[in-house]
Amino acid sequence: MYDKTVRRRRAVLLLLVGLSLALLTAYFGESRRGPLHSVQRGVLEAFSPIQEGANRALTPVRDLIGWFGDTFEAKGERDSLRAELDRLRQEGVAEGVAQAQNRELKAALDYSSQLELSGFQPVTARVIARPPTVWFSTITIDRGSTAGIRRDAPVVSGEALVGKVSEVSAHAAQVTLITDHTSSVTARVIPVGAGRIVRASRADSGATGIVQTRVGDPGELVLEFVSEGKSVFRGDRVATAGTSPGSRFESLFPVGIAIGEVTKVDDDGASRDVRLRPYADLRGLEFVLVLTRGPGSPS
Amino acid sequence: MTLSARATARLVALAMVTVIVQIAALSQVLFLGVGADVSPLVVMAVGFLAGSVAGALTGFGVGLLVDLTLFQTLGVSSLVLTAVGYGVGRFRELRDPAHALAPLALGVAATAVAQIGFATIQFLLGVDAPLSSVLAWQILGALALGALLALPVHALVRTVLGRDLPDDPRSRRRLRAYTTGGLSPISRP
Repeated sequence: MYDKTVRRRRAVLLLLVGLSLALLTAYFGESRRGPLHSVQRGVLEAFSPIQEGANRALTPVRDLIGWFGDTFEAKGERDSLRAELDRLRQEGVAEGVAQAQNRELKAALDYSSQLELSGFQPVTARVIARPPTVWFSTITIDRGSTAGIRRDAPVVSGEALVGKVSEVSAHAAQVTLITDHTSSVTARVIPVGAGRIVRASRADSGATGIVQTRVGDPGELVLEFVSEGKSVFRGDRVATAGTSPGSRFESLFPVGIAIGEVTKVDDDGASRDVRLRPYADLRGLEFVLVLTRGPGSPS
Repeated sequence: MTLSARATARLVALAMVTVIVQIAALSQVLFLGVGADVSPLVVMAVGFLAGSVAGALTGFGVGLLVDLTLFQTLGVSSLVLTAVGYGVGRFRELRDPAHALAPLALGVAATAVAQIGFATIQFLLGVDAPLSSVLAWQILGALALGALLALPVHALVRTVLGRDLPDDPRSRRRLRAYTTGGLSPISRP
């Protein structure tokens, strides 16, 4: 009797571990159109109404628990926001001048060929689920292909980039955030106060690079492959670069969506370590805008 | 230790509710920048109350549901949580800890195994992550939240499973105390 129990227990363990490893191997080996991915899409579709209902029902509980954590963080956040407000006031005047110059330059350069946000139809979606670990930076939203959402559609919050749609079912979609380890975004550095005469000496501004994440650190991004000979300073802003003229590959993200602010630059001559703080509060998202081309658009 | 059909049904319902509450509510609440993860705690409680086989099966089921609903790499959470459920169940079967705070210690251990196991598998799968202070803070924060939530989660799982538990340690000890007059037969005069 004892031997039988032991054998059964060990067999169950071996079976479960073997199944897990088989799933892991098969999942890695198949394409996005493979059977396991299809099963995941089916489960996402089946669970999305339940998740949406649970999300709405548990909102008061979530807010109550969140209130305690927010209270701890509010004081520090208030001080940093005051400092930011002062800085933005100073920059506001200069931005007016820069915008006027921008309008003139756009007219001169036939800017209409570039992709602009006005070409998109934003779809508002509610965040209904997110993973508990920092290893996956994804969210699930309550809009899917029936709302015109397609894979790779850019997702923003306010005016800041959040990520892109990575999987879609009929009534839900998964968004991979810019802090996910699989995410890469071509970006351009916008010097603070660009257009101001006082910064005109920075003729080497406008560096480009690729924004990637530091896995395990959801509050920080890095700017990799920064163009040589271009300066980047702490406080500079970073926005999507869009598709470079003459490039063979079209960028998924339209030009000019704000990504974040440079918080640290380490330049030892041989390499540059540029860190960014994303503008979007990626761990506190409740609603996002998915930039679609409208229902029936090609995927 | 064999589970009745009713206990199995309750375990399946518990696994589904755990995953839905986890991903729809708890993952969206951050306390000092760290989110609570009750999945290892529920699996720990099942392993502690119902044994290693039930713990391993619940761990596999909860992990599979998490991976499916969140579009994560299939098999990762299942593997980690199976180990948690089986390990806690075996500990209970071999040592049978009677201390009231045993679920708290096991909850912290289960959270630690889940966090470190998940990180190790991610490293093995080639995710390039620095061993940063933020990552350490996430793990330590998760352990602290695990310690806070372990006892309530254990009490909740015990309530949900109720009389369907095949061999409830508390009932067994109460029965032993009654039949032996509260003392071991060896120490009786």
